[in-house]
Amino acid sequence: MTHKNPGLRESATFDIDTLAEIDRAATTGIYDIRGFGAKRKMPHFDDLLFLGASMSRYPLEGYREKCATDVVLGNRFAKKPIHLDIPVTIAGMSFGALSAYAKEALGRGATQMGTSTTTGDGGMTPEERGHSNKLVYQYLPSRYGMNPDDLRKADAIEIVLGQGAKPGGGGMLLGQKITDRVAQMRTLPKGVDQRSACRHPDWTGPDDLAIKIHELREITDWQVPIYIKVGATRTYYDVKLAVKAGADVIVVDGMQGGTAATQDVFIEHVGIPTLAAIPQAVKALQEMGMHRTVQLIVSGGIRNGADVAKCMALGADAVAIGTAALVALGCNHPKWAEEYQRIGSDAGYYDDYHEGKCPAGISTQDKDLMSRLDPELGGRRLANYLQCMILEAQTIARACGKSHLHNLEPEDLVALSVESAAMAKVPLAGTDWIPGTPFQ
Amino acid sequence: MKTIDLSETSTRDLNQALHDQRGECTERNWEVLNPKGSHSLACGLDQNLSVDIRGHAGYYCAGMNKGAEVTVHGSAGVGVAENMMSGTVRVKGDVSQAAGATARGGLLVVEGNAGARCGISLKGADIVVKGSVGHMSCFMAQAGTLVVCGDAGDALGDSLYEVHIYVKGSVQSLGADCVEKDMREEHIRELSDLLKRAGVDDDPLQFKRYGSARKLYNFNIDNAVL
Ligand SMILES: Cc1cc2nc3c(=O)[nH]c(=O)nc-3n(C[C@H](O)[C@H](O)[C@H](O)COP(=O)(O)O)c2cc1C
Repeated sequence: MTHKNPGLRESATFDIDTLAEIDRAATTGIYDIRGFGAKRKMPHFDDLLFLGASMSRYPLEGYREKCATDVVLGNRFAKKPIHLDIPVTIAGMSFGALSAYAKEALGRGATQMGTSTTTGDGGMTPEERGHSNKLVYQYLPSRYGMNPDDLRKADAIEIVLGQGAKPGGGGMLLGQKITDRVAQMRTLPKGVDQRSACRHPDWTGPDDLAIKIHELREITDWQVPIYIKVGATRTYYDVKLAVKAGADVIVVDGMQGGTAATQDVFIEHVGIPTLAAIPQAVKALQEMGMHRTVQLIVSGGIRNGADVAKCMALGADAVAIGTAALVALGCNHPKWAEEYQRIGSDAGYYDDYHEGKCPAGISTQDKDLMSRLDPELGGRRLANYLQCMILEAQTIARACGKSHLHNLEPEDLVALSVESAAMAKVPLAGTDWIPGTPFQ
Repeated sequence: MKTIDLSETSTRDLNQALHDQRGECTERNWEVLNPKGSHSLACGLDQNLSVDIRGHAGYYCAGMNKGAEVTVHGSAGVGVAENMMSGTVRVKGDVSQAAGATARGGLLVVEGNAGARCGISLKGADIVVKGSVGHMSCFMAQAGTLVVCGDAGDALGDSLYEVHIYVKGSVQSLGADCVEKDMREEHIRELSDLLKRAGVDDDPLQFKRYGSARKLYNFNIDNAVL
């Protein structure tokens, strides 16, 4: 191999990032903890394309012909299913990881667009409940702040088994973010490095989970839907077990999914890509005759209307966004570049959510930083962004001749690479080849 | 007194009838017959009711209780009084795993023994067990009190925070960061008060106290299990 300057030849195995990480490990003796999602490249929605209508398909007109976007979640057992105007929901992000204003902004934006927000590991705040027309209350292993009054105030309950960023891992909230309010909500001493449990305290395995779901339904008089959220790993089996345990809705979070604080090695090396998880989930639901009866929400790396349309075409009923919603609020915005640089990062790269120094005032509990985020403006920006996503998804759906986003189907898709074709189970573009035999 | 016979009525109808007392209370005293180990009995109560369950209860009996006094005249399954907020739950027999898990207030009294993980992730409630408790009791417990008049199993109080633990008998082993602590005046007072409330006639001076060494409160590489 030739190289312009053999003295500057980088190793593919020991590249600059790897060398820097070895140095960091040797200096500190501890793993790197960070926020955000997986940064490595992996097969994703960009590797899929839509086949627009042509001779054999009939497209719908621009932005005038009807292309509906609503979705009903949780009509399997709940007396009051959730009806959303758009199939893009806001994923669970804890108060504690995020500021109260950030949670309020998420509620405002979601409510403007007729969709739901979700609490997180820190419990439900009045700000969030007040500003979210539809609020999903997470039931996590830590049970911080869990109480029957909030449970009855929720529009749905989401039992969290795992997250895509860290399937099999619990949460972390480092001491600098444990202010008086956060500590009080979590019943913990101020300033501890808080570890949320990785397992639920009072049930183990799917048979117990079925009884746990029964209890939650009894407490809430069978009013609200119960979701189960899993990180994408053995998705086919997890979805089957979740359906059997009695879930109304299943949330599958792929490995690109964001987090507030997790070991980098966990984020980058555990779980499967969102793209690979969706067909497994859909297959499990279809085999049980439960596709569209138990709804599927997909998250992990969803950024735009094309991603939404691709999820739906693969069989999802709705999607959830975390990181993208924070970016819409102003996370990593170039206007804070100098401040990001001062804390060793830069606009566009910042992932140390756990440190609580977020210049944009989002992933922090610091009073001065927090006040930089105007929740009304943040809400407006989130609503704008959601609206743009929906317009994009509709543009694609109409081009494929669909009068509802739900009518998109795998048949509308092709893949750009062999890997993505095998994972998404759609043919490689220009061929009728879907690599791999379907697992039976 | 209203009597509900579960051989004729469903758990759903029982719980709905109890929940209907939440606003305006028309009947304070309830008796449940033939529970036969059913799950989720008398969970989500939010009223100063008195409920007597005549027989064995299954999982999550009196879960998330607020204000009610629930007595199981038999044994109870996994997660009895889980996440209780206030009130009293008394079990005349034994209880299975995760009794009083994450409970935030109120009093749980177990007259028999408790299985593994009793008081796991406890967040403020008081638990008194007349018999013994199984392994990993008070795992990651944050606040509240566990009193064990018998013995405690392996790894008591593993990774605990500010919970208070009192054990009269032997402790098979202590979990990570759990240590024996001095019994000071205030602890003797706290313990005798709790024993009295639970109706247990035991001498507080015979108990030992366990709590957090607080060495795991902040990440320190030298504390990692390698
Ligand atoms: C700051 C932050 C905090 C989060 N907190 C929680 C949480 O408390 N509970 C939870 O289930 N997921 C949590 N998540 C994960 C999200 O719910 C969601 O699964 C993920 O962000 C989706 O992937 P995306 O970020 O690529 O959209 C968090 C994510 C972020 C970015």
